[in-house]
Amino acid sequence: MVGIVGYGVYVPRYRIKTADIANVWGADPNIGKALGVFEKSVPGPDEDVATISVEAARNAIKYGKVDATKIGAVYVGSESHPYAVKPTGTIVAEAIGCTADITCADYEFACKAGTAAIQTCMGLVKSGMVELGLAIGSDTAQGRPGDALEYSAAAGGVAIIVGDKKPVATIEDTVSYTTDTPDFWRREGEDFPSHGARFTGEPAYFRHVGEGAKSLLRKTNTTVDDYDYFVFHMPNGKFPLSMGGQLRIPPEKLEDGLVVRSIGNTYSASAMMGLARILDIAEPGSKIFMVSYGSGAGSDAFVIKVEKEIEKHRGEVPTVDDYIERKTYVDYSVYAKYRRKIVALG
Amino acid sequence: MTRRVAIAGVGISKFGELWEQSIRDITLEAGMLCIFDSGIRGGDIDAICIGNMSAGRFTGQEHLGALAADMGGLGNIPSYSVEAACASGGAAVRQAYMAIRSGEHDAMMVLGMEKMSDVTQTEAMNTMSVASDWEWEGLGGATFPALYALMARRHMYEYGTTEEQLSLVTVKNHANAAHNPYAQFQRPVPLEVVMRSGFIADPIRVLHSSPVSDGAAGLVMCSEEKARELTDTPIFIEASTQASDTLALHDRKSITRMDSVIISSREALKRAGLEMDDIGVIELHDSFTISEIIQMEDIGIAKKGEGGKVVEEGVTQIGGKFPVNTSGGLKARGHPIGATGVAQIVELVYQLRGEAAGRQVEGAERGMAVNIGGTGATSIVHILGR
Repeated sequence: MVGIVGYGVYVPRYRIKTADIANVWGADPNIGKALGVFEKSVPGPDEDVATISVEAARNAIKYGKVDATKIGAVYVGSESHPYAVKPTGTIVAEAIGCTADITCADYEFACKAGTAAIQTCMGLVKSGMVELGLAIGSDTAQGRPGDALEYSAAAGGVAIIVGDKKPVATIEDTVSYTTDTPDFWRREGEDFPSHGARFTGEPAYFRHVGEGAKSLLRKTNTTVDDYDYFVFHMPNGKFPLSMGGQLRIPPEKLEDGLVVRSIGNTYSASAMMGLARILDIAEPGSKIFMVSYGSGAGSDAFVIKVEKEIEKHRGEVPTVDDYIERKTYVDYSVYAKYRRKIVALG
Repeated sequence: MTRRVAIAGVGISKFGELWEQSIRDITLEAGMLCIFDSGIRGGDIDAICIGNMSAGRFTGQEHLGALAADMGGLGNIPSYSVEAACASGGAAVRQAYMAIRSGEHDAMMVLGMEKMSDVTQTEAMNTMSVASDWEWEGLGGATFPALYALMARRHMYEYGTTEEQLSLVTVKNHANAAHNPYAQFQRPVPLEVVMRSGFIADPIRVLHSSPVSDGAAGLVMCSEEKARELTDTPIFIEASTQASDTLALHDRKSITRMDSVIISSREALKRAGLEMDDIGVIELHDSFTISEIIQMEDIGIAKKGEGGKVVEEGVTQIGGKFPVNTSGGLKARGHPIGATGVAQIVELVYQLRGEAAGRQVEGAERGMAVNIGGTGATSIVHILGR
């Protein structure tokens, strides 16, 4: 059955505390508790979606013990591709040693481009068009100085190699829920995204994640009780918990995936990062229910079962927790410099 | 000038963030509901009067009078809107009251509506701020939360009003809204949650403040004769009064009272031949909770400076002597600006008809609604009776 034969993550080393950001803007220093985000990752001055994706992909290959020349498809999902025109995927593919005989493209669907890439790879593997597909969700998310997004917009990447031979976790099913809902956008040439404030909540995130989840539960004829772990896209620490409440999921089933608290919202990598953390620790046989969310808007829901194979792969590469704990704090001024928010520097 | 004016039917849309509905949808909904409730034939409606503050800025649509007549299929009758900031709804009710009382019209539909969630929060705030003295207040950055924060601070300084008292108004109004199926927030909020909520403008917290809302409300108002043909339970408008005050807060002798409310409420009681003790249910304009406390003092259900204490004593709860904001008030029912003054009347009608399930004030014979604009530059008071 099609599944995950290898996965790898990468989170930049730098962190800024949300209290420090609040201090700059005169906001409530307890904002971390209110948002459920205490620290967020900050990409270094020489990091972008290409470098982050390469780091994550290298980890995935090592973890999966796969031969990069067997990869037939590379898709990179992001809303911060370094180029407006020129793929990130080609940089990643060459850097990790893929052959030229691959199909490759960049994806964009706000925060769910990475899971859309997983679905594409599943189709290619299931149809026999490729042996292995590499799906990456990676971002260096932007937040306008002083905007609410600045407290959560973070950086990180997750790479998942999809195949059907000896998967560490099988992907048993997937569905999507998609509408035209303009809750969050960034137009061509703009440096920072705009958003509809409270409109991003009920009619956007909650509707799409909720409907995606319900649709997959119906399709698989299962209930919340059939799963050990739930992961929802994490724009902050509150939304996934509140979504869980609406679907009557015990909070402890969400707890292990809530990486947003310590690294922020890694956008295209967000739900996948939560999934990776669970794959780092889950026992074989565990069932995981993941729903990503992309503004604009849509959700991709997955049922994933951890296989015994996973035990043979652990310990090869850094875990999500290893990256979370590897950190160097920066203050707002250094953050502003790294994120090129100082206009005079150009 | 002796005709009595009655309310034969009421209707109200759900209040809240109505992402799926336009201003047309909610206007039509409230209009149809009040027509159905009254049983009036559409052809018997002589005119429409609408309360709305700023549909032009909030939705890009003005000329709401013609819009409502057109959408309602009510033909060529006169139809127009009136604006008095947050008191626009009350102003529309009063326009219809005067038109019917004078004999110019026999039956009118009154609508109040606002669709506020279609613009960004910044645009919504700027649009609301133009109801202050723009040159002296708004332009200088004094938003309504800031102006009410000044009033609250001064009230605390002069009379010892506490943050807890400001918060108890929220607790009461949310408890009431839990039983109001049209309210935006149909859930109780514990005191400690109110006291912990973030500051908007110290000492005013998020949960001391009415929300940005969408919603519409409607009434069918008519002569007593017409009302008796339509319904066995007409509700009568015993008095309708209006007063003004300086637009800017800094021009007032005192910022811990609203002279417009004092004048219009005294005059309304006088015209109705009543005293406050005769009033069994009250809707006040709690855009911020300090506003409810100040108005309690202004209409005379609390001595000056003792509004907060009277809230603590439970006098304004359902079951107390003067139940205030049984609907949940602006805080919890929601505050779609132009709809609020009409929604207050809708709630009083439900109360006086004994139809306010779960929040009914037993035996209420008369009700008072106070609808203000800005920081009290306009006050419109209606007294209703069975």
